[in-house]
Amino acid sequence: MYIELRDINKSFGDFQASRSVSFGIARGTLAALLGPSGSGKTTILRMIAGLETPDSGDIFINARRVNDLAPSVRGIGFVFQNYALFRYMTVFDNIAFGLRVKKEKAAAIRARVEELLELIGLEDFGKRHPAQLSGGQKQRVAFARALAPNPGLLLLDEPFAAIDAKVRRELRVWLRDMIRRLGITSIFVTHDQDEAIEVADEIIVTNKGRVEQLGAPPDLYREPATPFVADFIGESAPVENIAAFRGFEANVQGTPGAVRPEFLKVFAVGDVIQYPNSVEDAVVDDVAFRGAWLELGLVLRGIRLTARYSLEKQPPRIGDFVKVLVYRLYAFEDGKVSLRRNAELNASRHGYSYSI
Amino acid sequence: MSGKGKNAPRGASLWVPRLFIGISALFAAVMLILPLAVVLTEAFSSGLQVFLRAVSDIYARKALFLTLEATAASVFLNTVFGLAAAWVVTRYSFAGKGVLTTLIDIPFAVSPVIAGMIFILTFGRLSWLHPVLEEHGIRIVFATPGIILATVFVTIPFVAREVIPVLEARGTDEEQAAVLMGAGFFTIFRRVTFPHIRWALLYSVILCAARAMGEFGAVSVVSGHLRGKTNTLPLHVEILYSEYQFTAAFAVSSLLVAGAVIILTARNIVEFAARKEDSLNVH
Ligand SMILES: Nc1ncnc2c1ncn2[C@@H]1O[C@H](COP(=O)(O)OP(=O)(O)OP(=O)(O)O)[C@@H](O)[C@H]1O
Ligand SMILES: [Mg+2]
Repeated sequence: MYIELRDINKSFGDFQASRSVSFGIARGTLAALLGPSGSGKTTILRMIAGLETPDSGDIFINARRVNDLAPSVRGIGFVFQNYALFRYMTVFDNIAFGLRVKKEKAAAIRARVEELLELIGLEDFGKRHPAQLSGGQKQRVAFARALAPNPGLLLLDEPFAAIDAKVRRELRVWLRDMIRRLGITSIFVTHDQDEAIEVADEIIVTNKGRVEQLGAPPDLYREPATPFVADFIGESAPVENIAAFRGFEANVQGTPGAVRPEFLKVFAVGDVIQYPNSVEDAVVDDVAFRGAWLELGLVLRGIRLTARYSLEKQPPRIGDFVKVLVYRLYAFEDGKVSLRRNAELNASRHGYSYSI
Repeated sequence: MSGKGKNAPRGASLWVPRLFIGISALFAAVMLILPLAVVLTEAFSSGLQVFLRAVSDIYARKALFLTLEATAASVFLNTVFGLAAAWVVTRYSFAGKGVLTTLIDIPFAVSPVIAGMIFILTFGRLSWLHPVLEEHGIRIVFATPGIILATVFVTIPFVAREVIPVLEARGTDEEQAAVLMGAGFFTIFRRVTFPHIRWALLYSVILCAARAMGEFGAVSVVSGHLRGKTNTLPLHVEILYSEYQFTAAFAVSSLLVAGAVIILTARNIVEFAARKEDSLNVH
């Protein structure tokens, strides 16, 4: 593990922002800290950087305990949420700052800054001031400034938050490729799961100061460890009582859970209905075009679900009744998540398989 | 601020702004321009010779020198104190922070005469400190140190009050970025923080100097009015005036007026430059 946190606690006054946070990230990994606003992501990042001191617990970077090390000797590059570029310095001076502080030779500094300017594609912008740059350009300058002293670890706090949606997508692909190319261990904070899934090798999901789960995006998606993760990742619809669905009557009444769009099959008019005992009627209350598919909002006995619907088929209209099969769902019991299958599908294992 | 009335509601009749402009102009003329004109005409009323004699008089020169001395001291000390206080108040949270911010304002709230009295009570004959000071041959009250102390006291709030809001608005993230890169305190101050506050600082120094030059009340109490020793320009004017040397009084006053004009011009230049840089560089 290149970076490791062990049982970190941190309070601000009587508010506990980190609760026994532990995780480790291998060298060269690009990890995302993903969680809702206020879940303690920035706090974790700032403690790693040394801008905040944990109340208890240990932080290791490259097998060395860094709790008592000054921020500047931890070998960290930090990209702040709003970039925090030095407003009164040119782009060149911004990037050179960390090298000048280290008293490197002027020629070496110039070479390094020019190399980085080329890397971020802003060769001709060295003389500009931050106010004369677009959001995306500022972000790249902040990235270059953090990289200039060759840090072992790069921390980025919501690097795309202040950038509009279109540039954002481009920029995150750019940043991911750049980080992969440089092979630098990186942690970035985000509350956008698409961003985390698209960019990160590993995702650390935080909630209320705790780490809920750590894993590769597909693993988190397929096997959420806690109800929070099951709800938070994917477009899960929360369900108060899973035993209310046909085919799930055997579950304990009142067990909560969640249903993902992929767990549903919506039959088009004329489709062969496969499991007649488990099929239910639902009302369409929303139809949205999502590019490659239609997203349907369904109300099934008062429960609101989201389903995907192929563009190939005749689309239903709002108010139409459709036949729906719930063939799987998540059940939440004792803070754990388990995947349950529809009883009728379980009974007849032959026949059809519904893989996601 | 809208400046040229561009935000005024459309269709509003024109007589309201005209009325207000008229009132302001009249007020300024009667209260500001007229007195200044009187000072200058009176100063030269008996001819240039008399004017020159009055301002080159040994006591006038000493008073001018003392005033400059007190002004320089208060600008220097209050710049150092004001920067330190502003830094501490905006960058750290500590017990007694509220008290410190309130303390900074005291000189604005307290009458200058009372400020002078405080120094008399602290260092004068009645104070328990007096024997100790006497023993070491240090004179504060009725001497230059007292004048300087009183001037410094009344101008304490200027720098801190002007710099604190700027530092607060700028936040700490640039400084944190610099800390992470290993920059030391003075590097950070010089290269990151100072550029943000330089105009506010210069502006406050100018105001501080103006106030220090014109200070009368507090200085009057601690001075003892020893001619050629503890008289500042404003005190000197008062003495000349009470001795019915009106022309001389106005002549010396015109020195203060000249100082004020220079300071105000400097202030306007600073304001203009700051605004220009702001619009060019920093949002
Ligand atoms: N310096 C501080 N003083 C007091 N409370 C703080 C401080 N810093 C953070 N907190 C609190 O700790 C909690 C976690 O904050 P943090 O900034 O880590 O959240 P976050 O996950 O980064 O949220 P966001 O996505 O909104 O940035 C918040 O409730 C916040 O109010
Ligand atoms: Mg945050």
